[in-house]
Amino acid sequence: MGILSELIKGLRVTGGIMIRTIAGNELVTTEYPKEMRVKPQRFHGRHVLNRYPDGMEKCIGCELCAGACPAQCIYVRGEDNDPDNPKSPGERFGYVYEINMLRCIFCGLCVEACPTEAITMTHLFEFSTTNREDAIYTKETLLMDRRGSVPHMFPDDELVDLDELDSADGWVRATAPSGVAAYQGIEMWQGTPGPGDWSPEPTQEERDRLSRDRTSDG
Amino acid sequence: MATTAPGNLLMTTIDRAARWARTRSMFPASFGLACCAIEMMATGAAHYDLGRFGMEVFRASPRQSDLMVVAGRVSQKMAPVLRQVYDQMPDPKWVISMGACASTGGMFNNYALVQGVDQVVPVDIYVPGCPPGPQSLMHGILTLHDKIMKGEINN
Repeated sequence: MGILSELIKGLRVTGGIMIRTIAGNELVTTEYPKEMRVKPQRFHGRHVLNRYPDGMEKCIGCELCAGACPAQCIYVRGEDNDPDNPKSPGERFGYVYEINMLRCIFCGLCVEACPTEAITMTHLFEFSTTNREDAIYTKETLLMDRRGSVPHMFPDDELVDLDELDSADGWVRATAPSGVAAYQGIEMWQGTPGPGDWSPEPTQEERDRLSRDRTSDG
Repeated sequence: MATTAPGNLLMTTIDRAARWARTRSMFPASFGLACCAIEMMATGAAHYDLGRFGMEVFRASPRQSDLMVVAGRVSQKMAPVLRQVYDQMPDPKWVISMGACASTGGMFNNYALVQGVDQVVPVDIYVPGCPPGPQSLMHGILTLHDKIMKGEINN
């Protein structure tokens, strides 16, 4: 008799959780391709090369990121700016900029090493490839366009969320001192805060509550 | 080994049905080698639930699996084992190289590790990340499904 009552006691918990899960209140599964998990603010995704608001490239081709990279996946070559038509405010600009995303370990040391905040990390993580050549990102793919959005390797892929590109973490902190004069002294912000302006992250309880709210809504 | 049917009307329909069936019941071999395996386990667990794609059973035997997720760094000593497991899998079979170490050696550019498992087995999908999160891995898996359905990857 003891075994039976213990069995019922145990299965009551299982059954209760099953019923509550079926009722939809405690579903923990996120339906990934349809529903994206809210990524943490400091998520380390693929890189982006930023621009100043006047369109100048921030990268000055100093190769500090390549030196800091523990996986040695960054290749940079700098070249002198044309004085009449400069690409970046300064003597030099990044002429070649390549990152091998398959070798990259997304540690963020390049971001820390960059003296001009030219390279930052986005929240993008969907870039599986079928060959190794596709994973070498050149400057074309890395450099943000003048709207402040990031180009994607596979824009036609149905799994790619292009809206996410617009919310990419490409912040702009200061204006180029030798850029277009109209932008002198103007600070522009693009949605996400700069490095000194993080709001405190939610505690674990708040995060649990948020995810519960989100799943019960959907 | 050819796994596509000859190209007439009946056979292309059967081929499509076969491709659909293959993508909907792809059993991964459990080949977790390092920290990527933790993320692979998380992908199979409740929060991400690979069972939605019919692939929650990580088979312990390569003879029962179609897909090998190489999750983690492959040392030179592990390379023959990896090849043997791959050879023991029945056709059609696919390989996902998960993470920086499996794909290119990652930050471990030294004599101990294979610099990319494509030197040992043919790789269909490379998933970047260190380690790739569950959603990254699922993106790789869904890309593989997509390519199989379109017939871009046959075997």
